[in-house]
Amino acid sequence: MQLSYSALLIGGSAGLATALATPAIAAAPGVMDVTISIPRLKVAEYHKPYIAFWVEKPGASAKTVAVWYDHDMKANEGTKWLRDVRQWWRASGRSLTFPANGITGATRAPGTHKISFTRAQLGALAPGQYTLLIEASREVGGREVLRIPFTWPGKAGAGGRAVGTTELGTVSVSFR
Amino acid sequence: MNRKILGFAATVALAAIAVVPASAHRQWMLPSSTVLSGDDVWVTVDAAVSNDLFYFEHQPLRLDAVKAWAPDGTETAIENKATGRYRSTFDVHLTQKGTWRIASVSDGLMGSYDLGGKTERLPRGTTTANLAERLPAGATNVKTAESNNRNEIFVTVGEPTTTLFKPTGKGIELAPVTHPNDLIAGETASFQFLLDGKPAAGLSVTVIPGGIRYRNQLGEINLKTDSQGKVEVNWTEAGMYWLNVTTPQTERAEGATGEPPLQRRASYATTLEVLAP
Repeated sequence: MQLSYSALLIGGSAGLATALATPAIAAAPGVMDVTISIPRLKVAEYHKPYIAFWVEKPGASAKTVAVWYDHDMKANEGTKWLRDVRQWWRASGRSLTFPANGITGATRAPGTHKISFTRAQLGALAPGQYTLLIEASREVGGREVLRIPFTWPGKAGAGGRAVGTTELGTVSVSFR
Repeated sequence: MNRKILGFAATVALAAIAVVPASAHRQWMLPSSTVLSGDDVWVTVDAAVSNDLFYFEHQPLRLDAVKAWAPDGTETAIENKATGRYRSTFDVHLTQKGTWRIASVSDGLMGSYDLGGKTERLPRGTTTANLAERLPAGATNVKTAESNNRNEIFVTVGEPTTTLFKPTGKGIELAPVTHPNDLIAGETASFQFLLDGKPAAGLSVTVIPGGIRYRNQLGEINLKTDSQGKVEVNWTEAGMYWLNVTTPQTERAEGATGEPPLQRRASYATTLEVLAP
């Protein structure tokens, strides 16, 4: 663990991922991969949803790991609707400034997307029980929150999933 | 006999009107949002006096005394003011992050004096400051009681702040145990009420959910502040709520005659938004 963390400092996250993928190091997995499907909805007016990913642990402050929103509008106008991702807004969003380097990005189209988080991005997690929350809020549409409990450090391989019914499809977590 | 009774009833009614301004209807301000994000943030507020909440169907709230305060305490102008037949409306440009206050505060003095063998009522608009000039020469037996009415709302850009909750020490004020812009259905909120700057026990607190027009029961929650001036409200559903706090008033014994005794009065009203979890 100590060794791989040094690798991160020296070689960057790509180096870390490579190092961890090599069985010879035998370190605990250090990357969380999240696969998320955004359903295609047959509605008169469709806008790609705002989606926030954050990590919670009882007794600790929530850590936002990714936010997909209209980040490139003039005068930062897309930030006006961030509060509609309201559980995340309360847990963490309202204390951030936007755009947030390494956290915020563009909204994604319907389909399956993969996003990965290193230990550092996840907030340098101490070993324990956590929950990854995924909340989607769509302009002129609905809102849905999914929760995926996980243990850190996780075992390599599949690490939990949740299935949405309205605004989100399947979200699954794996570790490497 | 009949005439006498009518005359007496009319006097009592008149006294009630003079002593309890606007208490027959509900005064409210309804903001377009209470929890906001963004870089150039505005809020629009509807303001009215009505029976049903939150429908503008009776009188507009006069905007003369409405002011806004930024999170750092600086007073800010309200903009785009308009008063219609049933409703007033205005905007506030929320140029700072944090919790803003928008309030209409009125302080008055009720009472009476004797002049030429007759008891006269203090005119409307009398305050502690102008009492001396309003009293005619030769007035005796002057009796007064203060009345303070505060109607305020809070809106927050980004993280809720509490700088604004420093009490003025006049009338009923809210001290947030739970922040008024951090209310979620399924949670219990705690608020503390101060009277003249001190926690006040025994104040009547009424909480009424909006949307009255489309249901048969008012659904109000009636509470009394405890020894520390606190009440707890359990939010069962998301929505806009009107919260009203009043000082307790001694009820007159049945058949009591003459002028009702003067009592110190204070009232507080706010509109709270409870969000879905």
